[in-house]
Amino acid sequence: MNASISRSNRKSAQRLRDLVTPEGVSLPVTVALAGSRFGAVLLDLILVGVVTFVLVLTLIFTIGGASLLNQGATEFLVVFLIICAFALRYGNFLYFELGPRAATPGKRLMGLRVAARDGGRLTPESVIARNLLRDIEIFLPLQMAFTSWETGLFGIAAFVWFLCFALFPFFNRDRLRAGDLIAGTWVIEAPKPKLQQAMSIDVAEKEYRFGDAELGIYGEHELQVLEGILRDNRPEVMEEVATTICGKIGWTPGHSDHRAFLETFYAQLRAKLERDMRFGKRKADKHS
Amino acid sequence: MKPLTTWFRKQEADTPPALESAALRSDRFRLEREGDWRRLEHIVTALEKNRLRRLSDQDVLDLPVLYRNTASSLAVARQTSLDAATLEYLEALVRRAWFQVYGPRQSPFTWLRRFFGGGLSRAVRAIWLDICIALTVMIIGTMVGWLLTDRDTEWYYALVPGQFADERQPGASAEILRQSLETKDNAGGLGTFAAALFSNNASVAILAFALGFAFGIPSLLLLVHNMAVLGAMLWLFSQAGLAPDFLAWLSIHGTTELFAILLAGAAGLHIGRSMAFPGQKSILSAAAASGQRTAKVMLGVVMMLIVAGLLEGYARQLVGSTAARATIGGGMLLFWILYFFVFGRGRDAPEVDAPS
Repeated sequence: MNASISRSNRKSAQRLRDLVTPEGVSLPVTVALAGSRFGAVLLDLILVGVVTFVLVLTLIFTIGGASLLNQGATEFLVVFLIICAFALRYGNFLYFELGPRAATPGKRLMGLRVAARDGGRLTPESVIARNLLRDIEIFLPLQMAFTSWETGLFGIAAFVWFLCFALFPFFNRDRLRAGDLIAGTWVIEAPKPKLQQAMSIDVAEKEYRFGDAELGIYGEHELQVLEGILRDNRPEVMEEVATTICGKIGWTPGHSDHRAFLETFYAQLRAKLERDMRFGKRKADKHS
Repeated sequence: MKPLTTWFRKQEADTPPALESAALRSDRFRLEREGDWRRLEHIVTALEKNRLRRLSDQDVLDLPVLYRNTASSLAVARQTSLDAATLEYLEALVRRAWFQVYGPRQSPFTWLRRFFGGGLSRAVRAIWLDICIALTVMIIGTMVGWLLTDRDTEWYYALVPGQFADERQPGASAEILRQSLETKDNAGGLGTFAAALFSNNASVAILAFALGFAFGIPSLLLLVHNMAVLGAMLWLFSQAGLAPDFLAWLSIHGTTELFAILLAGAAGLHIGRSMAFPGQKSILSAAAASGQRTAKVMLGVVMMLIVAGLLEGYARQLVGSTAARATIGGGMLLFWILYFFVFGRGRDAPEVDAPS
């Protein structure tokens, strides 16, 4: 169990970057996974497609009525349609990424947002620049994929070449696509966790007392794993962990309330580690 | 450690009742400040949803203070608390608040006003070298088209796409060619034509720009190809002694459209050039700087193409005489040159965005 947690921690630690606010507080940001970005753009394109389709349908019906009236109305509607299709294709991304969430609907659903790489403001220039390159990243490779086989070797070479743009995010650490590169932006995760109850409040006191030596076997990492287990609140896991801890500190595991035991252990371990912290002594995990 | 002073500061009013039950100092710290955090979260959420009416004036005034307090809470909590959930919450909250506090200050309208009132012209002037290169390439492209067709008329069919090579082909009589330059009788259907032209041209221009990412070479190739078509057609009409008429017919929208394509190609070239030769900067920051500079140019290009589409769709089909066509075309060219290279020159100094 611990092994899998630390492995996933290390995986997400690879995507962690530090951003320093003007107040001097460093804020960790997590670079978005290529997969969730692909999902986001897919959702956006589907959305644009559906809206365009609905628009075309409505216009066809309106034109059906309007053509009886006069030619001018029909023409106006067709012009309107062409402009709308253009505005949807390029404007959709611009509009949403310039908004206060800096995310298209697809990105919002995937919990992502766009941000300036240098920690500064996300300017309209950046958003325009990053969206202008979408053509060579998505539409051209797609178009090539369908037509290149007809034009022979040259077409296939062109397709491979365009594939380099499409797959650009996989070739760099920050998962930048070509548009991000020239706009100075990146896409990061934007989680919104709720403030949760502290696990050390309202603990049934005094039932267990742990000595310094007993608490000393664990460090901050184990404390936070324990916090996660208490929040998950799964009886069989808690029993297993309680037994393990008892084994480590040489107690005989009781058959009573494992959660109460773990809560007390958590509160006292945290009290000890935080006390040490105030004196400049930190213990990262059980090995240190 | 600065936080020690904030440790014992009394928080007024809404101290949660659970304060006494908290045995740990870090939990008391949290319970004392939780109210502020939740208030900041409420304000930030409203800002993110763009629901400003839900916020009172006091909320807006307090936002910077709440943000700074929460940021310092985070700094203190990192040093004193081991409650992972609280730390995670604070990090996310400070990050969200930071994006709102340091988010875009300008409204889109202010930005647009600045953009048309000098920002666009400055951006165009900043890539002057690339414009010169692209212009040279375009002239060479036209000459290549002309010379190739002159040597062997087969090149005409290879260069000019089918939609233009209807009756306008080598060997066609001057009369037929002249007809193709004439106006249509009425404006019916021209709006559709203009809109379709715009949509198509804008996509080509955006493509020319985007291809600049591959060190600018494809942008130049695209320019050469497009101009070779023009050169070939110019050759065809000059064979029939119609060169001035053809140029006037073309210039009415062509000065705007070709200028826009020139700018798009130059913008693409600028990106390619700054990535190939980043100078003192890192490739990444050079690419970002050039990308933001040329993004403005591209917005200008799209705007110019709208104008070009209207001119091509309406003016060219309705204005018949060679002189009038040349006047409109020349006037547009003069307007763009003045707007881009003369307008707002005196105010150039404050913005330091000279090309690398």
